[in-house]
Amino acid sequence: MAPEPTNELSMKTSALGTLRDDPTSRKRFLRMMGGGGAAGLALLLAACGDDDEDTAATTSTADTASTPSTSTAEPSGGGVDLEIVNYALTLEYLEADFYKKVIESGMVKDPKIGALAMSILKNEEEHVDALKATAEMLGGPAAEKPETNFEEVIAGGPKMILATAAVVENLGAAAYLGQAARIQSKDVLAAALSIHTVEARHAAALNKIAGNGFKGDEPLTGTIPDGPFAKPMSMEEVLEQVKPFLA
Amino acid sequence: MTHPQLTTPELAEIQVHGFTRSSFILRGALAAGTVYGMSAVSPFVGHALAQGGGGDVDILNFALTLEYLEATFYKEAVDKVSGLDGDTLKLTKQLRDDEVAHVDALTATIKKLGGEPVPAPKVDFGKAFASKAAYLKTANVFEDTGVSAYNGAAPMIENKDVLSAAGTIVQIEARHAALIRLARGKEPAPIAFDKTSTMDEVLTAVKPFIKS
Repeated sequence: MAPEPTNELSMKTSALGTLRDDPTSRKRFLRMMGGGGAAGLALLLAACGDDDEDTAATTSTADTASTPSTSTAEPSGGGVDLEIVNYALTLEYLEADFYKKVIESGMVKDPKIGALAMSILKNEEEHVDALKATAEMLGGPAAEKPETNFEEVIAGGPKMILATAAVVENLGAAAYLGQAARIQSKDVLAAALSIHTVEARHAAALNKIAGNGFKGDEPLTGTIPDGPFAKPMSMEEVLEQVKPFLA
Repeated sequence: MTHPQLTTPELAEIQVHGFTRSSFILRGALAAGTVYGMSAVSPFVGHALAQGGGGDVDILNFALTLEYLEATFYKEAVDKVSGLDGDTLKLTKQLRDDEVAHVDALTATIKKLGGEPVPAPKVDFGKAFASKAAYLKTANVFEDTGVSAYNGAAPMIENKDVLSAAGTIVQIEARHAALIRLARGKEPAPIAFDKTSTMDEVLTAVKPFIKS
């Protein structure tokens, strides 16, 4: 067996150790979590015990910089993660606002599509909440909700709405994929990955319902637009694509 | 150190067991703590781990086993499931081709890292092809399990290139899962945060189909 897993665990443990020892961050973390989560955390903190104190000393700067109590001017691991989390948060705000406006507009008459839109909206709102909390845990501040402009798309009717929804979700999936390897904290990575695949599910489903084939006609359409291997997009590429929707 | 004991879900729970925001930040930690603390290791994974040339190779061999399983599953489905109509047949062939491509890519990556790719497991899909509904239900399990397996293992990957490569595959697994779920009339993304599974949880889900 490789010795590496030990390192993984010490990183994890030390991050949790910080949480355990810092009453303010712990309080905030616990408040953020539901009952089950809080119980789970308590269990985890107890399980990690005190036998890892020596490894805590070798904690990467990513972990120490990410605690709210430590504020450093220099960009660090926590800084990179905060940037990525805020980028994801902005995209999730955009998506959530889109579905909210679409549903409010009453333009979608098909009950099946309406139900899907509601279900996706719920997911996106949960992503917003979680990312906001994560940004704060990393020392904040969390990105502000952007002003959006979907009037033209919504006025375009159900077909345009569906096509835009599919593009936005494909963008979301490509955006998360583009950042995965840059994320420093394993916890933030795990969280981002669990959102990444949900965005991909949305994208595939919307494309299918929009009547797009596996490949689609444009790069961001199609249920499986890139073939067997998804293509990542950089922040610049994604922001270029979402610009029309930002007011 | 000890780890909180995760429950081993039944096959059916793989599809429905959701995670909420309350537990999502913890999951990475839980996965990291349990992946290498497996209590029950089946022979095929034991084989995979024994051949490993390091953490990444072990994870890739684990993924390769799953992809072999999926590829063989769809290959057989094309021939054995009666009543696959145009749309479902087209989807099945697409999934088969994607999984074969994943097998090839993982095999090549393992060799590149100096590891030895595991052989394809011997499989028996039992009654999974007895009807279109049974087939889609099993496909649903495979795809959702695939997503949770990659998501659970990915934070353990050390090489950033390998992590990116795994990401390009798991996104496709998620798309497959959504399409299969739609074909079943199910919600494509029933939970806001896809579940992560540890190796032994994944094993429990796929064990019924592995003969060796």
